[in-house]
Amino acid sequence: MKRLLKGGRVVDPANGVDGVHDLLIEDGRIARVGRDLPVEGATVVEIPAGFVVCPGLIDMHVHLREPGQEHKETVATGVASAVAGGFTAVACMPNTSPVNDNANVTSLILARANEANLARVYPIGAVSKGSKGELLADIAELKQAGCVAITDDGHPVATALLMRRALEYAGMFGMPVIEHCEDPTLKGDGVAHEGFHASSLGLRGIPGAAEALGVERGVLLSELTGSAFHVAHMSARASMRAVRKGKEAGVRVTCEVAPHHFTLTDEALASPIPYDTNVKMNPPLREAADRDAMLAGIADGTVDAIATDHAPHHYDEKKVEFDRAPFGIVGLETAVPLALDRLVHAGLIRLPRLVELMSAAPARILRVAGGSLAPGSAADITILAPDLKVRIRASQLRSRSKNTPFDGWELRGGVAATIVGGRTVYVNPETVMGSGVI
Amino acid sequence: MNTTSQELDQKQAVTALRRKDLLGIAELSPGEIELVLDTAEAMKEVGTRPIKKVPALRGKTVVNLFYEPSTRTRTSFEIAEKRLSADTLNIAIGTSSVVKGETLADTALNLEAMSPDMIVLRHASSGACHFLSRVCRSAIINAGDGMHEHPTQALLDAFTIRERKKRLAGLKIAIIGDLLHSRVLRSNIHLLTKLGANVWVCGPPTLIPADIRRFGVTATSAVEEAVHDADVIMLLRIQLERMEGAYFPSLREYFRVFGMTEARLQLARPDVMIMHPGPMNRGVEIASEVADGPYSVILDQVANGVAVRMAVLYLLAGGAEHEEAA
Amino acid sequence: MPVVMDADRIGRTLTRIAHEIVERNKGTDDLAFVGVRTRGVPIARRLARTLREITGHEIPTGSLDITLYRDDLMRHAVGPQPVVRKTEIQFSIDNRKILLVDDVLYTGRTTRAALDALIDYGRPKAIQLIVLVDRGHRELPIKADYVGKNLPTSPEESVQVRLIEIDGEDEVVLEAGGGA
Repeated sequence: MKRLLKGGRVVDPANGVDGVHDLLIEDGRIARVGRDLPVEGATVVEIPAGFVVCPGLIDMHVHLREPGQEHKETVATGVASAVAGGFTAVACMPNTSPVNDNANVTSLILARANEANLARVYPIGAVSKGSKGELLADIAELKQAGCVAITDDGHPVATALLMRRALEYAGMFGMPVIEHCEDPTLKGDGVAHEGFHASSLGLRGIPGAAEALGVERGVLLSELTGSAFHVAHMSARASMRAVRKGKEAGVRVTCEVAPHHFTLTDEALASPIPYDTNVKMNPPLREAADRDAMLAGIADGTVDAIATDHAPHHYDEKKVEFDRAPFGIVGLETAVPLALDRLVHAGLIRLPRLVELMSAAPARILRVAGGSLAPGSAADITILAPDLKVRIRASQLRSRSKNTPFDGWELRGGVAATIVGGRTVYVNPETVMGSGVI
Repeated sequence: MNTTSQELDQKQAVTALRRKDLLGIAELSPGEIELVLDTAEAMKEVGTRPIKKVPALRGKTVVNLFYEPSTRTRTSFEIAEKRLSADTLNIAIGTSSVVKGETLADTALNLEAMSPDMIVLRHASSGACHFLSRVCRSAIINAGDGMHEHPTQALLDAFTIRERKKRLAGLKIAIIGDLLHSRVLRSNIHLLTKLGANVWVCGPPTLIPADIRRFGVTATSAVEEAVHDADVIMLLRIQLERMEGAYFPSLREYFRVFGMTEARLQLARPDVMIMHPGPMNRGVEIASEVADGPYSVILDQVANGVAVRMAVLYLLAGGAEHEEAA
Repeated sequence: MPVVMDADRIGRTLTRIAHEIVERNKGTDDLAFVGVRTRGVPIARRLARTLREITGHEIPTGSLDITLYRDDLMRHAVGPQPVVRKTEIQFSIDNRKILLVDDVLYTGRTTRAALDALIDYGRPKAIQLIVLVDRGHRELPIKADYVGKNLPTSPEESVQVRLIEIDGEDEVVLEAGGGA
């Protein structure tokens, strides 16, 4: 079983590759990358000019909702959404019902992922039992069952002491602690970024400082413990400053930014649809200065990864008053178009940097395979169509939930195909590859 | 802000509210506001007649859907509706029963199946009226949504000021109290700044909304500065039930720093008006001597509320899309 | 666009009506004018002035806005609501003879609305209708007690009354087409 991807622009920053190359897949692994490789009995897949072959994208922050909230998403629908969004792997958050704080839940998720057999799934375990912030979860058991990191996402780790212990203990296994950074007292019952628009619409505010306090705490404790600390879905400029300072001081801190936080601002609360519950997420869409700080951090390297915080919710749950709606939006199928349009075509970064942000860095932070097209590695490959005109249609999303604020958006850049372990798991019918052999 | 409707205003006097709903003052043009106030003057006269009822909304059904307890606003709307001969239906839903009961959207759709023409909504959630207007065909009138807007209150305040001062432009109007949680504040800021008043807002820094200056007002925590030479002083209710957040140490201390006393009143213009949207907390935001004193127009506000709400009901009955006038 | 009444003619007509009022009511006791907005109001004021000149008595005069009583208000599902203006009747109409004044009598619907509105102010002893022009085409059983001029028209035509107080000139014009 040999396949030769011929003539694409191969972008593999982990190996310093960026140019037109052929890529040979053999038995589900990458055999060779090079110019004008001999066909030697392989099935040839012609990659159209302008298309990009890169290591499979990895979304290190998704909510697959299974077990317990299958009306929002299941592992199967989640990974279908992932591969349609160009992701060959996702890391899923433990705030399921029950919480993924033991091997049973982890195994269930992995079994479901196996059945679905699309994207790879890396479960993330809970820091504390039931994510209640009291007792540490059985982290070694989680690790052994297949968890790659720990977090109490949805909430911050309850106390500084618990965070310290989590960092120390997880550090023993080389697992990073991923933190939903937030001071809960400062967040209060806020539902939107504290600023002009929340004031105008009468929505309770969440100041950027609520997040930055959590980032500062984590950076300090990471420094204290020497363990890896990862900031989830960063949104505030003060958080960026804290991460930047931490990195300068040599602290093992990394961070991710979600596409909605580098694309939208709190202005979306007011228009085009006032009080649209699909712009309600936590952390909230922040003001322009914060959004610009996210862009600057992406450009200057402070930001390590782009992760979607894919948070599916049933339409019934979102079809309520703004303050009653749950936080979160789906993101797997809109991330690539937003990133290509807003970051690459906007001239902020170049493609290799994007691949670093969406593939190599998440693999490195989670210490999982992938993020590279080195010969011998699993053939997890994403083929991008950087100039494809994409129109986001909420109703067409593969995810079980359609809660996106980007419905109707027209963006430049999309996914052409997704290959996991050498097997094509998604082909975009709207690209020329849709009709060819792949 | 709706610039197109404001541009229209400049060309000709506004003679109709070409909109389905009244969700807030924010989307009204100055001309539309003036139209409501002018119409309210005619409506006020109806309330002076022996028979305080006109047939204008005969055959129209108005549902007063109140998710928060409200005596003043609900009664005012109900009287306004009855004076216009509309059929009215009052539905008061306790917030507690909503938690386990049906959603606002479902309640509204069920009501709508009975073909009301208008729904007057009071709800604890900001944006509930916007939400309902997307779900319902009926005209939605905002009777107060969370901390967002209370447009008819601002309209009746403006009406009351205009009645006394004959104008709004150029007046110094000081609004003092719990700015953070007040929908009355937000509606009044929009309305008063649109009509050219010089608006000052004043309260403890813990109760001043973020970025308030972007609304075009002057914000201060020095009450003397706010009151100095004011033509109008508008006091906002200190929501006792929200004080668990400890926005200030005690009601006594609030009164000491911000309470409207006769001494502070001396700083204002001699013909100052004292307003309060009610219900008042005597001895907290306002001293009884001030509330009951000669400058107080608080009861006029209540009376004018009916006229303003009649005007809104009447003007919205025309709907959003207008055919050729017959 | 023929002018059917000029300023002189309007003046003489109103004087004539004023005399008829005195004659018919045997004086001015209990009389009051109520002009229907918009152009009934200045006509009522002129009649009151003339009556004062003739009899020396001040006749109370008010203005009535009938918009809220129109029978076509809610006929259309949507449509711009007509502008409502203030009614000003500063006297009790109970037991008075009300002289209701309008510029043109046409279908009778405005008069019907005005009668309904008036009744809401009290119980007058009588209501008499004064119009400057009666153009026919009644749709309701309504008849004027004092008519300035009977003007045969076709339904397509429109009668425009212009008054100095509002329009800067006094004249009645018959316009073809686009009937109002």
